[in-house]
Amino acid sequence: MSGPSDYQPSNPALQWIERRLPILGLMHSSFVVYPTPRNLNYWWTFGAILSFMLGIQILTGVILAMHYTPHADLAFKSVELLVRDVNYGWLLRNMHAVGASMFFVAVYVHMLRGLYYGSYKEPREVLWILGVIIYLLMMATGFMGYVLPWGQMSFWGATVITNLFSAIPYVGESIVTLLWGGYSVGNPTLNRFFSLHYLLPFLIAGVVVLHVWALHVSGQNNPDGVEPKTEKDTVPFTPHATIKDMFGVSCFMLLYAWFIFYMPNYLGDADNYIPANPGVTPPHIVPEWYYLPFYAILRSIPNKLAGVIGMFSAIIILCFLPWLDAAKTKSSKYRPLAKQFFWIFVAVCILLGYLGAQPPEGIYVIAGRVLTFCYFAYFLIVLPLLSRIEKPRPVPNSISDAVLAKTGSRSTPMVSSAIVLALAGALFAGSADSARASEGSDKPPGNKWSFAGPFGKYDRGALQRGLKVYKEVCANCHGLSYVAFRNLAEAGGPGYSVAQAAAFASDYKVKDGPNDAGDMFERAGRPADYFPSPFPNEQAARAANGGAAPPDLSLITKARSYGRGFPMFIVDFFTQYQEQGPDYVSALLQGFEDKAPEGVTIPEGSYYNKYFPGHAIKMPKPLSDGQVTYDDGSPTTIAQYSKDVTTFLMWTAEPHMEARKRLGFQVFIFLIIFAGLMYFTKKKVWADSH
Amino acid sequence: MTTASSADHPTRRDFLFVATGAAAAVGGAAALWPFISQMNPDASTIAAGAPIEVDLSPVAEGQDIKVFWRGKPIYISHRTKKQIDEARAVNVASLPDPQSDEARVKSGHEQWLVVIGICTHLGCIPIAHEGNYDGFFCPCHGSQYDSSGRIRQGPAPANLPVPPYQFVSDTKIQIG
Repeated sequence: MSGPSDYQPSNPALQWIERRLPILGLMHSSFVVYPTPRNLNYWWTFGAILSFMLGIQILTGVILAMHYTPHADLAFKSVELLVRDVNYGWLLRNMHAVGASMFFVAVYVHMLRGLYYGSYKEPREVLWILGVIIYLLMMATGFMGYVLPWGQMSFWGATVITNLFSAIPYVGESIVTLLWGGYSVGNPTLNRFFSLHYLLPFLIAGVVVLHVWALHVSGQNNPDGVEPKTEKDTVPFTPHATIKDMFGVSCFMLLYAWFIFYMPNYLGDADNYIPANPGVTPPHIVPEWYYLPFYAILRSIPNKLAGVIGMFSAIIILCFLPWLDAAKTKSSKYRPLAKQFFWIFVAVCILLGYLGAQPPEGIYVIAGRVLTFCYFAYFLIVLPLLSRIEKPRPVPNSISDAVLAKTGSRSTPMVSSAIVLALAGALFAGSADSARASEGSDKPPGNKWSFAGPFGKYDRGALQRGLKVYKEVCANCHGLSYVAFRNLAEAGGPGYSVAQAAAFASDYKVKDGPNDAGDMFERAGRPADYFPSPFPNEQAARAANGGAAPPDLSLITKARSYGRGFPMFIVDFFTQYQEQGPDYVSALLQGFEDKAPEGVTIPEGSYYNKYFPGHAIKMPKPLSDGQVTYDDGSPTTIAQYSKDVTTFLMWTAEPHMEARKRLGFQVFIFLIIFAGLMYFTKKKVWADSH
Repeated sequence: MTTASSADHPTRRDFLFVATGAAAAVGGAAALWPFISQMNPDASTIAAGAPIEVDLSPVAEGQDIKVFWRGKPIYISHRTKKQIDEARAVNVASLPDPQSDEARVKSGHEQWLVVIGICTHLGCIPIAHEGNYDGFFCPCHGSQYDSSGRIRQGPAPANLPVPPYQFVSDTKIQIG
């Protein structure tokens, strides 16, 4: 892409191709001899990291689509079955779901790097604008992808975001109907979102090609913001940049793998493990963390149309950045004022992200308005003004001068800003957490779970006892519809043999049919059957339980959570604390009190529970001491029952957890060794260039 | 110092490059496995492919039924005396895929022929009781099978395969 290549392959077959389609020459000039500034720091590896993430997302996405059913009645179940039954399905799903977050982590670093070093300035305006287009496409893709699992957040996120378009005067409502393909978000919406979610990544890949093309025409910017003048200023792309990028990618993979194998649900919302229900909105609608700053801007502006315009302008304004900031000096390294305002801007974005996850009330609204003003002021007031009044420090004559002038302190700003960004990321992720704070109830006490931590395993005895408690108590009202009897004999489960699972199944009566005469009939359960639900449908469940349908328990430990609050959610990232759900379920089972405390009134037909949000629960106290007999001598107390049945329900929600953690450990060993090797290889390759 | 380091420099460098390249290759190959493995039948499909039981009592002599096992049609024919005699009168050596009728049915239950009803040519479903051999005729490319499900004429290379099955009682079989 940097002019006609003089590359000539030696192999005659390749020569034959090269004369007809000079693709090898293109590759050679773009990715081998392409001159790359020798002073690039590690922030520049995020371009390669983004390419890697795009590849991973497309690859895993194509595979998930092989197992996914885009139908409102089947989508949620197909995702669950993919995770449970497909070989490595849990891994592929985690890679894709976490991958989306990692993609946005990388793109935000990439964008902030461009902002800091002035990479949008002449002659790279088109390169920058193409990047903004990629970012917009990513946001659309991410949003539609989040809808596909068809959980509660999927459904209500889709409703809220499509309703943004209803703010458009006169035609808004028609546009929304057009987007939905119905009178509300429903099956047609899901189908088209699936189609578009599959299409957009390929558009992104296309724009990425243009982005790279534009990059290779104007050349890379660099930390000093001076254009390369002589050959001494650059090094060939291969091996220097390739090996450095690969080292960057392998370090990034460590973070990625941390989430995939140990914290797959940390960045998600527990509500999305509840199937979509058009009749009930979750108490807090929170978008994925990467949209939060814009969501905060939307909510800060009291007028509906103005809010929507504000939110979209917050992104579109980036396109005008090359002209808003007219300063001649590119890099903020030599702009003392711009540097400070840059970090203030980063802080504003993080705080906006935090506010986006808070309930829109009181001080949060005011803070949101102030920060929204600050966000726009950075682009519309600070940058134009700075380019007129700021006196930049002298810029080095050339890149080689800059490299020679460097001292050992070079890496310090890199490390400190990495720490700042890591904390910011944790704050973002955790801000989603605080939104789900269970209001009007006590925080469940923490427990020691055998399955917690990086080497956690299920306690087989607890699983078997928990199954007994479920069967004798919970199963009277609650289904377990994603669990099959065959699962009881699978590795990482309660440890029954295939014959024991078959015998367990044969105790159940399962409806089958129609037979040759066209009649439905009952037969004994088989290992392939799923646990039968106690009620034939939701209406029957509702009618039999005073109006509240008992939820299915297959996923309950992942579908319930509570806010951990700042700074616990940051600590949780490092300690891999993932047990909010089990803590809540176990506390709920033990949280019944015969008499509501003073001042709390519980409606007729409800019961007081210390840990249930709002305290009034329709489920009567399910467990009492001695209710279920244990054969292994474990205490038959409510505390023990709760612990056992919660362990069992954690297994039903996450049947491959042991395999996940085991593979995670192996992957970590490999990645650490690999990243180490890459580091030394990179040092060797660069030995002569520093 | 320069002499010494330049002497062993290339070897150390080579070893490092080879080790890094090897680690990348091993990691890449291992990472490929989940992406291939996921294409295999999933656990629910495997569980659904468990053996099935079929009651033979409603099938009269000369009739046949078609049941599905693992998504494949299984023909169960209650053969007439004439069909059995025809199948056993053939000179086995003259067949394209030589196999005796005795080897294709369970002894003591000679009247029952159980075959996978998928033409061994290209996978169409042959029609029972058609063709010149009192057996099956495949409408796609004209393959003809006899009353023992053996290929007699046409492009198919092999006999209709016999699925694994056993008699659990005189009137009940378990396929699989």
